[in-house]
Amino acid sequence: MSAAKDVLVKPVAKNNPIALQILGVCSALAVTSNLNTALVMTLAVISVTAFSNLFVSIIRNQIPNNIRIICQMTIIASLVIVVDQILKAFAYDISKQLSVFVGLIITNCIVMGRAEAFAMQNPPGISFMDGIGNGLGYGLVLMFVGFFRELFGSGSLFGVEILPLITEGGWYQANGLLLLPPSAFFLIGIFIWIIRTWDPSQVEKPEFELAANSKKEAA
Amino acid sequence: MSANKDTIARTITVAVLLCVICSVVVSAAAVLLKPKQVANKELDRKTNILAAAGISDPSKSVDELFAQITTKVVDLESGKFTDAVDPATYDARKAAKEPSLSVKLSRDQDIASIKRQAKYMPVYLVEKDGQLEKVILPVHGYGLWSTLYGFLALEGDLNTVVGLGFYSHAETPGLGGEVDNPGWKALWPGKKVYAEGSMDPALGLIKGAVDPNAPGAEHQIDGLSGATLTSNGVTNLVKFWLGENGYAPFLANLKAGEV
Repeated sequence: MSAAKDVLVKPVAKNNPIALQILGVCSALAVTSNLNTALVMTLAVISVTAFSNLFVSIIRNQIPNNIRIICQMTIIASLVIVVDQILKAFAYDISKQLSVFVGLIITNCIVMGRAEAFAMQNPPGISFMDGIGNGLGYGLVLMFVGFFRELFGSGSLFGVEILPLITEGGWYQANGLLLLPPSAFFLIGIFIWIIRTWDPSQVEKPEFELAANSKKEAA
Repeated sequence: MSANKDTIARTITVAVLLCVICSVVVSAAAVLLKPKQVANKELDRKTNILAAAGISDPSKSVDELFAQITTKVVDLESGKFTDAVDPATYDARKAAKEPSLSVKLSRDQDIASIKRQAKYMPVYLVEKDGQLEKVILPVHGYGLWSTLYGFLALEGDLNTVVGLGFYSHAETPGLGGEVDNPGWKALWPGKKVYAEGSMDPALGLIKGAVDPNAPGAEHQIDGLSGATLTSNGVTNLVKFWLGENGYAPFLANLKAGEV
């Protein structure tokens, strides 16, 4: 049980796929301009990572070594198409906003990375939990970024007005930068900073150190 | 176990089995969810048409509201209604790619940068007591990043704008994406498309805000700040679709009562 809890909780903060492994950043820039799309994207990624880990793990002893990547891709791609179809049927408006990004979950490195690194070596139950954990870790960053982008970019949260905009007769001047994808870079950077302040063991060693200033002493 | 896992026969068996299972799952999902997806698309289209026409009533469902709208198909060249295609199933976006159902536009004609234009376009008419009240025209054209698809609704005089709304575009959020801003869309109703006696559309966006006292203000809409190319795109698509290659012949016929 503690192992299951471990794989579920660890990727959320200690080993976050976006903050520590810097995987899956592309979609985090694209779908976080409001919380609705960020939440749906999170759910989509959680279900795809969880089920792809589960199925890859179930057949891990059958997959021939030399075609294992393509086998994983087949499973992931099928799951993503199913998720996309379900979204189009039950959440049409949001699937229209997410457009190609649901399909691009296939290329999200987190899914593939977990299938190859974890599910190929571990039994189905724990692989499933690992998939959920990593999906949650991804989702946490998405929600963090989405929260700030929607609040300060459009003055609302989940589409509910919080800060009345000047254009609609209120007092808040929306920050246009936050609606554009590059703003997510700043927010993810700040997120990584916060996480590494809280857990300094994640900080990489510097590649070189500056030598002391010798000129000054000579003068 | 792991030694014989990599034989050629084993590799092919696993690959084939996996592909078959996955394809069954994917096609099952696609087929089972298809009716629901088609219904969603249809609902979305109707909602957009109603929004452009400014028809809204929260107590009624979209289908009930749509019942007052008649869908007809227009042959753009002759400007008359046609029975060549079934209005219920005709898809103008698809037809624009089909050589037999579309025409290639020359450089001078193609001000909206759409390259090919469907020969037939659906139009939506709202009639009240046998009198034409509103006509809703589908329009599209290229902005900065994407083709903007939308509907333009005109009053029964076929000159006064009721509203304009885009249902599909990928312009920059906060700049060109402001075409969805309700405040900007509210500038459209009441504007006039054609100057008196002319069938050349005068309606368009200008740079900056419109001075209501300036001559021709009834043909001018505020430009979108920071989005010159999207603004030009909107002007171009209005000029194209309401011009001689667009709906102008149809509107002239409709006005004369010869459709």
